[in-house]
Amino acid sequence: MIKVASETTLAYISNNLVYASMLAYTVAMVAFAVSFAQGRGRSDSSMSVRDTEQAQSVVGSASVDVLERTDVESEPGSEPGRRAGNIGMSVMWLATLLLLGGVVARGLSSGRVPWGNMYEFSITSALGISLAFLVVSLKRDVRWLGMLVVIPVLLTLGTAVAVLYTDSAPLVPALKSWWLLIHVSAAIICAGAFTLGAAVTVLYLMVTRVDRRVAAGEGAGWFGAIAQRVPSADRLDQMAYRTNAFVFPLWTFAVVAGAIWAESAWGRYWGWDPKETWAFITWVVYAAYLHARATAGWKGHRAAAIGLVGYGCFLFNYFGVNLLFSGLHSYSGVK
Amino acid sequence: MSDPGIDEASAGLTTQPESDVTSPNPAGIGATGWLRWAWRTLTSMRAALILLFLLAVAAIPGSTFPQRGTNTVEVSQYIARNPTWGPILDRLGMFDVFAAPWFAAIYLLLMVSLAGCVIPRARLHWRAMRAQPPAAPSRLSRLPEHRTLELDGSPADVLTAAETVLRARRWRVRREVAPSGESTWVAAETGYLRETGNLLFHLALLALLVAVAAGGMFGAKGQVIVREGSAFSNTLTQYDSFSPGRLFKADRLVPFTVHLDQFRATYQEDGMQRGAPRDFAADVVYSTGPGTAERKATIGVNEPLAIDGTKVFLVGHGYAPTFVIKDATGKVLLDDSVVFLPQDGNFTSDGVIKIPDATPQIGFTGVFLPTAERDPVRGGFSSFPAPLRPEVFLSVWRGDLGLDKGTPQSVYRLDTSSMERLGLKDLKPGQIWTLPDGLGTLTFTGVSEYATFNVASDPGSGWALAAAVLAIVGLSLSLFVRRRRLWVRVPDTSPDPKVEVEFGALGRSEAPGLDEELDSVVAAVRRAVEGV
Repeated sequence: MIKVASETTLAYISNNLVYASMLAYTVAMVAFAVSFAQGRGRSDSSMSVRDTEQAQSVVGSASVDVLERTDVESEPGSEPGRRAGNIGMSVMWLATLLLLGGVVARGLSSGRVPWGNMYEFSITSALGISLAFLVVSLKRDVRWLGMLVVIPVLLTLGTAVAVLYTDSAPLVPALKSWWLLIHVSAAIICAGAFTLGAAVTVLYLMVTRVDRRVAAGEGAGWFGAIAQRVPSADRLDQMAYRTNAFVFPLWTFAVVAGAIWAESAWGRYWGWDPKETWAFITWVVYAAYLHARATAGWKGHRAAAIGLVGYGCFLFNYFGVNLLFSGLHSYSGVK
Repeated sequence: MSDPGIDEASAGLTTQPESDVTSPNPAGIGATGWLRWAWRTLTSMRAALILLFLLAVAAIPGSTFPQRGTNTVEVSQYIARNPTWGPILDRLGMFDVFAAPWFAAIYLLLMVSLAGCVIPRARLHWRAMRAQPPAAPSRLSRLPEHRTLELDGSPADVLTAAETVLRARRWRVRREVAPSGESTWVAAETGYLRETGNLLFHLALLALLVAVAAGGMFGAKGQVIVREGSAFSNTLTQYDSFSPGRLFKADRLVPFTVHLDQFRATYQEDGMQRGAPRDFAADVVYSTGPGTAERKATIGVNEPLAIDGTKVFLVGHGYAPTFVIKDATGKVLLDDSVVFLPQDGNFTSDGVIKIPDATPQIGFTGVFLPTAERDPVRGGFSSFPAPLRPEVFLSVWRGDLGLDKGTPQSVYRLDTSSMERLGLKDLKPGQIWTLPDGLGTLTFTGVSEYATFNVASDPGSGWALAAAVLAIVGLSLSLFVRRRRLWVRVPDTSPDPKVEVEFGALGRSEAPGLDEELDSVVAAVRRAVEGV
């Protein structure tokens, strides 16, 4: 009984840590928003970064590498919105530490890896997205991406807490396997990377829109202020491609690992279960994205749109398939 | 790129088709022209892109409609519920999407397109692999990445050092020595594995498709229900359902017998997930033929039993209540366990008993509840999957069971069209029911469990796994290896004794880090020449 009591306590602590992290993420989101809003005040003088970058690419260095070194970092320190951005980053660290505590406590309370149902998968994915962002932020200044990271993190956590919550409990038998560790952790990393890739793709599409409007002599529009504070369209496109190119083999691996597990659990490695079907669809759409990037007439916008469709398929595979269809993967625990 | 030197230098950096534009107007070029046009269109990147899209879209109905392969019962229910659209959708193959001709057409076209694209690329790559790196462009300063520095040493020393450094880094190196002693250069190229990986990935996909198809054709799978205390042999007649591949032969069934000693299940007993299963295991004894040793094994979820390439998987379970039925004279008509099929997560189960030997014939339909609960609206139901308070509700029927008509009948369904119902009774274990009209007695003696096993042999699965692993390896190589070229040139204007050296590098735009790599090569060459 003592063991049971301590497990319940841990689950309770975990829930509170997740709530606390959500509060902190909200603060971080506000700080990032303020950082953007303050940047808007000085529309002309702050064109610096993007102008330099574009100037450099015009000068004939088609190489990415030149662009890469020109980071938002090089802006002067006195720039408005910088302090808010820094606060956002600090709070982001705090929130992620709280969430890490929540995930670990959840795992301890059930005595296994914390991704045995949709609630746990969601909070661990949110942690994965945040950690990926923070690790990248150690090397380069990616505060401009903060807003686009914190929003999906909050949405994921909100859905997890409000819709997907299930009590901490041991696993259903089908999930008792080493493949839970391998297949699902690969899927979690994919969730994080796909999200980052999609976030950057959205930014890319917005920035190209602003660029088009400016080129056409129209005003930059409401997004103009934000577009000034992020890297150039070319660089965003490259980043989105690299993220998606990194995640595609991993997604392939996650699907293959799932097939191996399915073979040992159900006696067939592929059975077109709804989850398998949508994993396949996601894979095919991202394959189309990679091909589009290399096809004349499909680069840029169209490829970006395909990438977003792929992300949509990935999300549907997670939320839609688990909650709408009944299949062998109905492990959500949601009643 | 206006510099012809650079165009030449970047030629063949990828074997990706230079131009995908197919002839817009194939009219008037004759049958061969049409064929060539069709082939070029099919093997273009654009066609591959469109086919990929079609494949993704075509797979969607496979998840929204119930599918024959996995859920035959739901398909019939769906068609029954939708009398207008059901048959139309059925005609279109919506209930068997992944076996439908139009789905096959898409992926076969994709595979042909893939082969048509990959084979010429493989030829190009084969040539590129054996070719020398292209000559240095006349002015390396035009390359996106370039460095110029002065070194102490002769042009020959510098070029030898560059050659050594690049060879040590496993670059392919070509050194040009002009007979006149004029400016010479070193050209180097590396990252051929990118294209190798790309080709490997696409070929592995073809192999995967072949392995899956072969496994499906030569393999077989069947399902069998085994009650505790009974056994099944791996022969066709013992299966409840059996789906062989088209080229499967019954003599390929591996001979073995599996006897189920005991089935064990545990469930969550409290909390929100009360009743959720926690563990299943089937303790079995098996032998691979008469006269061979019997071996014990436990088949669990995720832990199949493998016998000579055939695997036995535990995929389900249920209850088989035991009954003794006697006629009015006391003669035993049945003394056995009867399989009841679960209808919900708490194992409210339906079943029938047929007694063809009685005159007139009698039959029972019933519901078994492992943990019986009563509700004024729902009537009896089960509130927990384990047999905590087992109970059966039985109806007895008299008449013609319809077994002699020759039409096959499900053992789980009682055809009551020519029978009349005589009475209804609920029983707890040990209770005896004296049947109406002097038909005899029925004793509910207790509860045993049964396990459902999938038995599968798939000779293609190993090959499929190997192909999948190769595909991942190829994919990683093609996405992470960078193909790039590097040149070192000593211009003829070099002042003596110092020599001015030009370095230049070229890579695909997706390849990051080319500048750092060039810096590192430059530093290494400097060290080698100046001995610093």
